[in-house]
Amino acid sequence: MTAVTDASGTAPAPGAPGEGTGRGPVAGPRPARAHRLRRPGLVGLVVQPLAIAAALGAFAIWLATADLTAGERTTLDPARILDYTGEHLALTFASAAIVLVIALPLGVVLTRAPFRRASGPILAVANFGQAAPAIGLVVLLASWLGFSFRAAVVALVLYAILPVLRNTMIGLQSVDARLVEAGRGMGMSATAVLFRVELPLAVPVMLSGIRTALVLLVGSAALATFVGAGGLGLLITTGVNLFLPKVLVSGALLIALLALLIDWLGRVVEHVARPKGL
Amino acid sequence: MSRTDTPTTTDAGTGVSGKSILLDQVTKRYAGQSKPAVDGITLEIPAGKIVMLVGPSGCGKTTTLKMINRLIEPSEGRIVLGDDDVTSIDGDELRRRIGYVIQAGGLFPHLTVAANIAIVPKMLGWSKDRIAARVDELLELVSLDPDTYRDRFPRELSGGQQQRVGVARALAADPPVLLMDEPFGAVDPITRQRLQDELINIQQELQKTIVIVTHDFDEAVKLGDWIVIFSEGAHIVQYDTPERILAEPANEFVENFIGSGAGLKQLTLTRVRDVDLAEAVVAREGEPARDVLARVEAAGHQHAVVVDARDRPVRWPSVRQLGRLETIPAGADPDLPVIGSAATLNDALDTMLVSSAGAALVTGRRDAFIGVITVEVVMDAITRAREAAAAASGDAPVGTNTGPLPVLGAPDDAADGSAA
Repeated sequence: MTAVTDASGTAPAPGAPGEGTGRGPVAGPRPARAHRLRRPGLVGLVVQPLAIAAALGAFAIWLATADLTAGERTTLDPARILDYTGEHLALTFASAAIVLVIALPLGVVLTRAPFRRASGPILAVANFGQAAPAIGLVVLLASWLGFSFRAAVVALVLYAILPVLRNTMIGLQSVDARLVEAGRGMGMSATAVLFRVELPLAVPVMLSGIRTALVLLVGSAALATFVGAGGLGLLITTGVNLFLPKVLVSGALLIALLALLIDWLGRVVEHVARPKGL
Repeated sequence: MSRTDTPTTTDAGTGVSGKSILLDQVTKRYAGQSKPAVDGITLEIPAGKIVMLVGPSGCGKTTTLKMINRLIEPSEGRIVLGDDDVTSIDGDELRRRIGYVIQAGGLFPHLTVAANIAIVPKMLGWSKDRIAARVDELLELVSLDPDTYRDRFPRELSGGQQQRVGVARALAADPPVLLMDEPFGAVDPITRQRLQDELINIQQELQKTIVIVTHDFDEAVKLGDWIVIFSEGAHIVQYDTPERILAEPANEFVENFIGSGAGLKQLTLTRVRDVDLAEAVVAREGEPARDVLARVEAAGHQHAVVVDARDRPVRWPSVRQLGRLETIPAGADPDLPVIGSAATLNDALDTMLVSSAGAALVTGRRDAFIGVITVEVVMDAITRAREAAAAASGDAPVGTNTGPLPVLGAPDDAADGSAA
């Protein structure tokens, strides 16, 4: 229910400092204002990839020099890790693409006058998808759709749709109604106002929702291994099942680094795509 | 402002680029409300004039304005622009032919000043060069330097500048009609006054038909050629010139709305240049004081006005002061009560009261001295304005409601008749 009230509220709750990991209960939108602080933002944009690169470098050195058992050596083979990463990204981006295709148009439609009434129930459903435990969702869907890539993607989509949908709606709702009126008053059609005024002004909030969703997806894609859809989660399950703590930690570390990398890419896009003049 | 023109509902007048507007028995009902928001209004807005819609908040004046460009679609009635019935043409197409200005300008924050102004010309398919030239021309018109402001974003402008760009944007495609919804409500009083003066100047040049919604009666008096006073349900209580509304308010509602000081408000209707100024003895710096004194006494005056080489008044010595002088000294008196000829009588009276001289020096072009205005002159102007307003024939444009006025007790059968 909180998500529904959030969506109708004017000021989205500021993101918690640790929001980047995306596992908090509130995958809320960051207020656009947080990005006004240009300088700290820019510093973060530079520091974050350097830290990721450093961590990755340290991991590579450790992997090359550490004293590993044969089993660990096979599991942590760089070529394999690359394969898992590829699967992981495929899961993430396939789900993200579907999320965008569904949530962006839906968010736009739900903020148009004739459909505004439907926004409450639909947000409630989206909220349910988010609130349900991700692992439960993945396994539940797999028992229905079969253990496959497809089941994993469907579960991930359900899980990540809310932040994009809600931020799209909040972004559009927070556009000053007088600007819409000014546009219509000048003779712009409703569609022209949507594409040339409302959406450009909503872009910062929408992008931060998309970034939140991507980070959520990278984390949750680790669960895809339970339904046989691969990904870096495989390292974790292998580590747990065969009691190989080094493999387990490596998997967790790589997923975290991937999430941070995606988060950074999202920030860069937000920085570049933010309309000038705001 | 050319208040002396006879009102015209045609485009015949030279230089008038505006078109007349006619709201013909227009009603707006909202679903779920028993009383209409606007009740059968018939309003004739003459071409090339500024018509002010005033009334208490919630009286339907904004709804009336928005029905002219059909941002709000009327439930009943016709809207005629010039000679065209525009009631059922495409709304977006209609709105491109009508300028629209809202409070604080309503500029799009993600577009530059130039891009904001270019919106309507772009929709109309103008060439790039033509749009660029038009943007510069309009920025000049609203007193903003094109080279400085063209590429700025709205955020980088002051409130007054944003409002100016808002006006420029509304004028972009040279529409015959300009609608303004509380245009100067969001700026400070000094900026507001300046913007009002500028609008008067722009209107003198362009002669558009301008309809302005305001809740500020003083603004209505200052800007309006005609004022429509609304009560609830957009009932027209009085539709007349500012002079006549001030001199002869139609009823108690209007009197209350005008507020106190109707006489003083009339002073804002007359400019210093419109009244007969008193003459004065003019002296130059360095002249022998005795000669000047002789001239002052010959004219029967009490003072002489000293002007500098460019005819600007610098000092205003009395007969007694002149008697004590050998020659007229150089140097200016900083507290001299000086008023420009374009100022209102209100401002002139204020200057006189502050200086306690009972009179003020009037300057014309390039601050050159042209005469003296006294309290008597101002009093005389008030008396004549009242007489003129009372004597003026009722040549006001039509403004009525088909529905009964609430003061009449609103019999039910009449209400049914108007709805039919």
